[in-house]
Amino acid sequence: MNNQHIISIRGLHKVYRMGEVDVPALRGVDLEITPGEFVAVTGPSGSGKSTMFHVLGGLTPATSGTVLVHGKNLAEMSETERTNMRKTEIGFVFQKYNLLPTLTARENIAIAQDIAGKPLEMDEGFQKVLELLAIAHRLDHKPRAMSGGEQQRIAIARAIVNHPSILLADEPTGNLDTKSSDNVLEIMRNLNKRMGQTIVMITHNPEAATIADRIVKMRDGQIVN
Amino acid sequence: MMLTVVGLSRGMLADSQRRARGAGAEIWVRPPGSAAIGLSGAPMSEKILEFFRKQEHVKIATGSVTHPIGGLGSVTGLDLDRFTRMSGGFKYLEGGPITGHDQILIDERYARQNKLHAGDTIEMLNREWTVAGVVEPGKLARLIVPLDQLQKLASATGKLTQAFIKLDDPANTEKVIASLKTQLKDYQVYSIEEFTSLFSIHNIPGLEAFIGVIIGLSVVVGFLVVFLSLYTAVLERTREIGILKSLGASRVYILQMLLRETALLAVIGSIVGIVMTYGARALIMGMVPASLTQMIVPDWWPIAGAISLAGALMGAAYPGWRAVNQDAIEALAYE
Repeated sequence: MNNQHIISIRGLHKVYRMGEVDVPALRGVDLEITPGEFVAVTGPSGSGKSTMFHVLGGLTPATSGTVLVHGKNLAEMSETERTNMRKTEIGFVFQKYNLLPTLTARENIAIAQDIAGKPLEMDEGFQKVLELLAIAHRLDHKPRAMSGGEQQRIAIARAIVNHPSILLADEPTGNLDTKSSDNVLEIMRNLNKRMGQTIVMITHNPEAATIADRIVKMRDGQIVN
Repeated sequence: MMLTVVGLSRGMLADSQRRARGAGAEIWVRPPGSAAIGLSGAPMSEKILEFFRKQEHVKIATGSVTHPIGGLGSVTGLDLDRFTRMSGGFKYLEGGPITGHDQILIDERYARQNKLHAGDTIEMLNREWTVAGVVEPGKLARLIVPLDQLQKLASATGKLTQAFIKLDDPANTEKVIASLKTQLKDYQVYSIEEFTSLFSIHNIPGLEAFIGVIIGLSVVVGFLVVFLSLYTAVLERTREIGILKSLGASRVYILQMLLRETALLAVIGSIVGIVMTYGARALIMGMVPASLTQMIVPDWWPIAGAISLAGALMGAAYPGWRAVNQDAIEALAYE
């Protein structure tokens, strides 16, 4: 692996067992991403985008191949090590926001800090991020009292509160209207440009993908460009 | 449930002790072969009272007949003159003393439970009794009739269920008991302290086992309630558990969160249970004060709390295990 790559994927295979049938979801993916890069991964349903997202996030182990994050091979990590990596190295943004419904926006952010064992105060830098996300005034509201765009912005705040080196976003605009989508994409672009946040965004929307530095296309479990 | 059953057991025994002490006797004598606490039947000749009266230090000797009237209830026949002298007399809340046959004294709890007043009539032992007076509780029995009339009705003329002895000085109790035991070998002779000490959970046949069964049931019910509610909660919160896992929550973190919720549930349940024992007592005192007496048992609060916590934690074990072993991706995809 070249030291300048924050993510290096080589010969990645992932096979799911469905009953008695093996279903290959990834068939030898090679991909390298440099720090501060904004990469969009596109492709039709079933192309393996989400599976790569899950493997890259340490949510599921690879069947074979190597996935190096900061030079550490996820394939050689135990479940505990992968769990620890998710605390501080990787932040997730999901299509369905995935906020805890019983907690306020502030508590949703705080629980990520608590899990990472960090102080629950929001530092000055993070206050600026909240202003950038335009959610500082919504922190004491519960998700049900927020619009989809606001919920997604809270989810972004939660994902980056522990300053992860990589932000993984799975269809972050999939549930949003055009205006909110544009807003979320602009925020992600800003995070990438202003703070140098490495972002890997999965999307099936070619228009959304254009905001990224690089677009990676997938089909049938492989990268095709 | 546990606290109410223990409270009822203790309350009813304490009430029996209080009523036994209210007789004012220093010594109680029960016939040979009788159970110490089963106070019915009349297997002892009343001639024995003359024998007692001849003993040194004996000031008053009298006896009673206790006759069942259905359910747990009983009526007690007393030599009212002697009993009044021995006990210090009844305190009348309504009406006055018995002045003739077919008259009855009832205590305030019985009157309240059955909505009776002085002058009302009670159907009992195939005859109608007029309530002569309503007396303060705590004097041996709740229903009191003249001894000779009850002996006749119970076909126990000249017989007694038990005898009471009042001494010239309570300090002579041990001496008189020793003398009576020598002369009446098979009779059961108790000081009032000894007699009332028999009113304990350990001396009532089956009561200890009954309480054990109730505690066991409480644990099982607590276990099932927590198990089902947590199992449901884990299912309902599958997605939330997936979110926590995606944020890097370890198995220990998720398990601790569930166990904290379980412990909170158990503590709240225990507090509600304690509050409910006050409600149950108020209900019992309002509806059946003569039949049941419930005590509040603070010494059992930590025991009941610990049992409910243990039951709850046992109930949380499997749902907790399921939660921590849930696949994060499947959990996140859960609708």
